[in-house]
Amino acid sequence: MSNTIIWTIVILTVLGLLLSLVLFWVARKFRVEEDPRIDEIEKTLPGANCGGCGFAGCRAFADSAVKAGNLDANYCPVGGNEVMKQVAAILGCEIKEAAPLVAVVRCNGSCANRPRTNEYDGARSCKVKAALYGGDTGCLYGCLGCGDCVAACQFGALSMDPATGLPVVDESKCTACGKCVAACPKRVIELRKKGPRGMRVYVSCINKEKGPAARKACSAACIGCGLCAKTCQHDAITVTDNVAYIDFEKCKLCRECEAVCPTGAIHGVGFPKELDKEAVKKRIAERKEVKNG
Amino acid sequence: MAKLTFSIGGIHPADSKIARERKIEVLPLPDRVYVSMFQHLGAMAKPVVAVGDTVKAGQIIAEPGGFISAYIHSPVSGTVRSIGPRKDLAGFMQMHIEIEVQGDEWAEGIDLTPELVTSIPEDRDFILDRIKMNGVVGLGGATFPTHVKLNPPPGKVAECLILNGAECEPFLTSDFRILLERTDEIVVGAAIMQKVLGGCPCVIGIEENKPEAIAAVRASVARLAYPGIRVEVLKKRYPQGGEKQLIDAVMHRQVKSGGLPIDVGAVVQNVATSLAVYEAVQKNKPLVTNVLTVTGDVLPAEKQHNYLFRIGVPLSFIAQYAGGVPEGAVKMVSGGPMMGKAIANLDATTVKGSSSILYLGKGTVRKAEGPCIRCGRCADACPMGLEPFLLKSLYKAGDLAALEENAAQDCIECGCCQYSCPSYIPLLDNIRMAKGQVMGVIRARNAKK
Amino acid sequence: MDKVIVSPSPHVHSPASTNRIMLDVVIALMPAIIVSILFYGWSELLVLAVSAVACVGLEWLIAKFLMKRPELFNGSSALVTGLLLAMNLPCSTPWWVVVIGAVVAIGIAKMSFGGLGQNIFNPAITARVFLLISFPVYMTSWAMPDGFIGSVDAVSGATPLGLIKEGLKSGSTIPEILSAHGLTASTILRDVGGSAGEISAIALLAGFCYLLIRKVVKPWIPLSILGTIALTAFIFHAIDPAHYTGIGFNLLTGGVLLGALFMATDYVTSPMSNWGGVIFGVGIGLIVMMIRYFGAYPEGMSFAILIMNCFVPLINRAFHQKKYGRA
Repeated sequence: MSNTIIWTIVILTVLGLLLSLVLFWVARKFRVEEDPRIDEIEKTLPGANCGGCGFAGCRAFADSAVKAGNLDANYCPVGGNEVMKQVAAILGCEIKEAAPLVAVVRCNGSCANRPRTNEYDGARSCKVKAALYGGDTGCLYGCLGCGDCVAACQFGALSMDPATGLPVVDESKCTACGKCVAACPKRVIELRKKGPRGMRVYVSCINKEKGPAARKACSAACIGCGLCAKTCQHDAITVTDNVAYIDFEKCKLCRECEAVCPTGAIHGVGFPKELDKEAVKKRIAERKEVKNG
Repeated sequence: MAKLTFSIGGIHPADSKIARERKIEVLPLPDRVYVSMFQHLGAMAKPVVAVGDTVKAGQIIAEPGGFISAYIHSPVSGTVRSIGPRKDLAGFMQMHIEIEVQGDEWAEGIDLTPELVTSIPEDRDFILDRIKMNGVVGLGGATFPTHVKLNPPPGKVAECLILNGAECEPFLTSDFRILLERTDEIVVGAAIMQKVLGGCPCVIGIEENKPEAIAAVRASVARLAYPGIRVEVLKKRYPQGGEKQLIDAVMHRQVKSGGLPIDVGAVVQNVATSLAVYEAVQKNKPLVTNVLTVTGDVLPAEKQHNYLFRIGVPLSFIAQYAGGVPEGAVKMVSGGPMMGKAIANLDATTVKGSSSILYLGKGTVRKAEGPCIRCGRCADACPMGLEPFLLKSLYKAGDLAALEENAAQDCIECGCCQYSCPSYIPLLDNIRMAKGQVMGVIRARNAKK
Repeated sequence: MDKVIVSPSPHVHSPASTNRIMLDVVIALMPAIIVSILFYGWSELLVLAVSAVACVGLEWLIAKFLMKRPELFNGSSALVTGLLLAMNLPCSTPWWVVVIGAVVAIGIAKMSFGGLGQNIFNPAITARVFLLISFPVYMTSWAMPDGFIGSVDAVSGATPLGLIKEGLKSGSTIPEILSAHGLTASTILRDVGGSAGEISAIALLAGFCYLLIRKVVKPWIPLSILGTIALTAFIFHAIDPAHYTGIGFNLLTGGVLLGALFMATDYVTSPMSNWGGVIFGVGIGLIVMMIRYFGAYPEGMSFAILIMNCFVPLINRAFHQKKYGRA
């Protein structure tokens, strides 16, 4: 009996020693020399592996940054300037600060604004729906409402509003990784500057059809009338293919365009006060008089 | 004689050929027709008329926009009213030519007499030119330009012309009706295509559920006595009329993934295409008419019809003429219930490939999706031998490499998997997307080479 | 027509549905259930009822309150699990043991993996093995047939398989054991004590034929299991009839038929392809015979199925459908 115990101990000990030698040898033989800074940077990064930077994950981002030795091609939208400063400190280089962005849903096609013309009965996927047909409303450009963007968001920042049938962005959670932008087959979602204290103005429509057709499909569509572009003092608005677009680099947040838009397609969000449309219109009229007189 | 069929998968949906006894009726002309510039596979056609032009029926109004493209002719005589985008049946904008119908005058050189012309032109190029200039495209569903398909690339030899009279989709009866009523013309059309392909044998495949058509075609083949044409009876099984499945059934050969039928010596043409070829070559008549079935499970049998229609007539006009949208219809489909396209916009126009207006009732509303129970019925049903359950989950996981390895690109979108799934999982909806993505990857890789 | 419905093709669906499939399995189990009730009487009915109600109820409770995803509840599949579990238990099993079995089957083997279609192991078999190990007394003392058509008093006894195993251990040969317990070929088939699912080969086969006709299952898995068992038994019996039981005995006793026809053919835990199914079946057959001939347990069907369940993902990877144009 004791013999058995002794043999067992001996055999297991010898086996353990032998195998640890093998492990040691393998570890030596196949060791990969890696820049320790890659690990360091990876630890600094948010670790969401969302791919918002254009790399396959945080490690790939760190790897390419270390290889390049600078951060010209790397910017982590999730971590923002703060994280990038830390990364830059590790690498000892400069960064280009970028203004924080946020996902913006450019569609007004709520159930009330955009009557449904048929009923979709396929797989709940915007991609499937977009490939199949023009959609269940008269608008060929707007949100399809199947929530591909919601499914794509890793940060829980998107949700469908059951009342409007449109996705809603939770700004506190959105990291501007761009996954939703890529997931949307209609390219309804755009990454725009968050703006000072979250204030921004944008055209919430991408319908390229001519005014009457766009309006027929959706009462809150951009009809391409150009009133906003004419009003804008900062050259921030252009109208192409019957849709207005506000350049967020030029926009000074005066909200005049929002006041003059006849369909309410231009949205201002994050402002502390509600827009007094009449007051703004008055201001514009006065300015015109000054100009003419 | 043994009945032929393909070797992998397949399903047996209910036949529902309710309109089979209804003779082909000629549809009257509407006030306006809308001719789509996108009625064929390949590049969009380019209009060659201007607003205000008067046109005659059979006159060319658009020319091919590329090598794989087709001529388009005016189906009516009248005045061009507009050229511009208009919604197709899926609600997408397509270029259309709107023509106001005035009288019914045909362009010169078109033989409208019913006499059968059996002598086949000797000159192969003449035949191909007639087919091309008369805008003939495949009418089996894909609308591939026929003159391209009948002109194999150098080094490829056609060993067998297969005429597809399977009409394996439930409900559809237009091919059956032309097989009965235009039998001789179809057989002459087959002989013409044989001639173009260098005299290879021709097999006319017809499913066993159409015995009258089989008898009629057999009699016609014997009477006209062209060499090398025979009729084969096919088992009733879906998708018997799929190009790859038909080649497997008739020739016992399988087209390699990514390959063309001609690689195994096969050329497959639909019987309706054969009729169009006959009219184009023997009568110089362009493809401006086709036969379409108005049918469905909620449409009473006496309201079901087979119409000879002018291509470009709005679907709504046909629906109205046939008695309006029936009570209880919740869905309209252009084509068969397995592969047809749902009609989102009935104001859309008919195109060369239109084969039906199918009214379906509540029973076709999809049921709620359940969990996959791994019964394997989708894999058993797939005529390409794919594993739809696997492809669907790979697509959801976004694994393009694995999708290609598991042959998502081979999917023929027949719908057998989704039809068979006891959990009502939208397999094909997803696999169709997966196929598109994999094809994109393959094309990009080939372009790099 | 109010609003037209638009969806991708296909626009029609076969009459098949998951519930219809499960209903077919229940119908197929009916002959064997009826026979077992006739043989074992009220106690069997109680086991069946407790098991079915417990399985369906537990699945609902777990889906609704624990997982908070009520859509995961599938009553018909839970019912099948419940019936199969009951058929794997002796009719003398106390109700609370049956309930524990249901908890293991539904709670551990099925729902913890994510519900229908996600489980790796056959729920009913998992529960049976769990009970076999935890409550060996209840699980191995089989009631002798004493039902509505029987006349013998309720006697607890070991199964023929158990008797032979014990006998061989004590050094006797099979003919000696059989004669010692008064077992002849006819008594083995008629009066075998066992669980419900083991009592009538004909009823099980009849039910299975129904499934075949309805095209719910394919015959390849059962055929390969039974074929492997028969072949192995034939070879060993021919070599040494004194220590190895023969073909008929091995095919008809224990849980072989129930296992091969109804448990191994479970969609979720068996391979998808036909050839995969054959490999799966051969594996089960070999393991059963190894356990029976050389193992410590008298019976090995449950273990064999569970072991082969582990290999299903691998088999599915190795065996694919024959693809068109890729020969």
